[in-house]
Amino acid sequence: MNSHVINVKTRGPILFGGVTAGEGLKKALAMSRSEIISEVRASGLKGRGGAGFPTGVKWNLAAAALGQRKFVVCNADEGEPGTFKDRVLLSDYADLVFEGMTIAGLAIGARQGIVYLRGEYRYLLAPLEANLARRREEGLLGSAILGRQGFDFDVEIRLGSGAYVCGEETALIESLEGHRGEPRNRPPFPVDTGYLGQPTIVNNVETLALAASVLAKGAEWFKAIGTDKSTGSKLFSVSGDCQSPGVYEFPMGITIAQLLKVVGGEEAKAVQVGGASGHCVPAKQFERTLAFEDIPTGGSIIVFGPGRDMLKVARNFMEFFVEESCGQCTPCRYGNVALLEGVEMIEKGRCSMTHLNELKALGETMQISSKCGLGQSSSNAFLSIVTHFENEILGRPVPA
Amino acid sequence: MIATEQQNLTAEIAELAGRHGRDRGALMPILQALQERHHQISEFAMQEVAALLDVHPVEVYSVVTFYAFLKAGKEGKFVIRLCRTISCDMREKDKVARQMENELGISFGQTTADGMFTLEWANCLGMCDQGPAMLVNDQVFTAVTFEKVHDVLEGCRRSFSVHPAPKGGH
Ligand SMILES: Cc1cc2nc3c(=O)[nH]c(=O)nc-3n(C[C@H](O)[C@H](O)[C@H](O)COP(=O)(O)O)c2cc1C
Ligand code: SF4
Ligand code: FES
Repeated sequence: MNSHVINVKTRGPILFGGVTAGEGLKKALAMSRSEIISEVRASGLKGRGGAGFPTGVKWNLAAAALGQRKFVVCNADEGEPGTFKDRVLLSDYADLVFEGMTIAGLAIGARQGIVYLRGEYRYLLAPLEANLARRREEGLLGSAILGRQGFDFDVEIRLGSGAYVCGEETALIESLEGHRGEPRNRPPFPVDTGYLGQPTIVNNVETLALAASVLAKGAEWFKAIGTDKSTGSKLFSVSGDCQSPGVYEFPMGITIAQLLKVVGGEEAKAVQVGGASGHCVPAKQFERTLAFEDIPTGGSIIVFGPGRDMLKVARNFMEFFVEESCGQCTPCRYGNVALLEGVEMIEKGRCSMTHLNELKALGETMQISSKCGLGQSSSNAFLSIVTHFENEILGRPVPA
Repeated sequence: MIATEQQNLTAEIAELAGRHGRDRGALMPILQALQERHHQISEFAMQEVAALLDVHPVEVYSVVTFYAFLKAGKEGKFVIRLCRTISCDMREKDKVARQMENELGISFGQTTADGMFTLEWANCLGMCDQGPAMLVNDQVFTAVTFEKVHDVLEGCRRSFSVHPAPKGGH
């Protein structure tokens, strides 16, 4: 009944080719816990949810933490505007994702995994449940997995209810515990004090699928792809003004210009990298690379063609954040509203240079004083657009 | 609400708590199930859930009001959520929005008088490569055009009149 199609454009070496589900888990079962974690560390794999925290380090912290129970949480909240690659993984490569969770469970000593699936993806719930049921039948989940006595692990799917901030790992945990999705102070980090106060790893869908691939093919194979500091490949969700929007797998470190060529977006005057919370990159910087050491990204690429009004873009992003701020802390709650009002003044051609500078200072204050990543990054788009497109947005004709 | 309806709801909530558990972690799944079945989480329902999970009703209320997909007020049988975020915006979601308002005779944030449709904005639905995108309850529709708006609404109306309510009741 669902009318959507899966728009996979480039099947790269790691996720979309080569690795078959089952390989990684079998190899992991023949290894000790510390060997598994060492392999993930050696691969250099970094979190694909945006922040880029080294996955092996995270697993090691959770493995070392003391707790009665431990949890593996798969972050399938995918709310960042312009991101849809996790949907594709959950639709077509769910086995790899569940396998990654199972391996993580083995590595840190967790018996329970939870997928936090955004409410907007509820149509994926039935097929995912069916997949889990099949895995239980095949002995890939449940007790004594693949005959290994004492290794029990199962996965439960929980739904979100339409809140972007719940993708933030501590807000996600609050939501799982039946609370408003308001981020907590960090530290303590979830690896110590996570779900139900127990050691918990929260990993992105793609990270977990990649971890399964690393176990299947080995750290060396993974490291041979990408750059020194950003190993492996990455899924990019490409939308906006280009000929072939969709999901692409590219090695880390590809330049924006190279990407635009493949997707048919060479005409672009700017690209938004990392979604609403990311940065707007103007054409003169298209030789920059998509990698943790240059422009880090969760994979959202929104292409703006020559005719796009960048102020409208800034307005759309600010409206998004005004709506999605949880309201817990002042810089974010008021700051986003003030920036949106600033956009409206600019639209009316009534923003002085002095006032624009005040808005920029406010944006910078939000970056350093907000409690969580939402408020720390919500001014990025505004700041990069007013900086790179100052000539376009200032001195607009006053509307009649 | 008449007494038997309240009793039914109480029984239903007890059944949900039996399935999802009586600890605080069961709150979201219970509220989500109530929302799906009743198109709202009434004040009475919130009180019942609070009593069963042993939390203050205000706690339940604060959770309900936090999440966009949970509603204290009654929603339509079909909740239409049109994406307004940037990629769909660039694919002219405004035109689809106007068409939708014209077809339903309501504005965004409203419910039709017959209780059939609620029209809402949503933020990015994860279909940005195929916009404009919208959800109708749990179903996703992409590359929405004028014709598609009409067809989808007709489809909803038909699916509801397949089993007409028995005549002669109150
Ligand atoms: C406002 C906000 C929203 C986020 N949304 C997501 C999300 O939808 N999916 C995700 O994997 N990470 C999201 N994150 C990042 C998570 O907090 C966390 O860093 C990530 O899940 C860790 O997984 P990784 O190390 O595998 O990347 C979000 C962060 C913030 C601040
Ligand atoms: S920064 Fe924004 S979203 Fe994060 S805690 Fe503060 S108000 Fe909430
Ligand atoms: S912007 Fe509409 S689905 Fe992502």
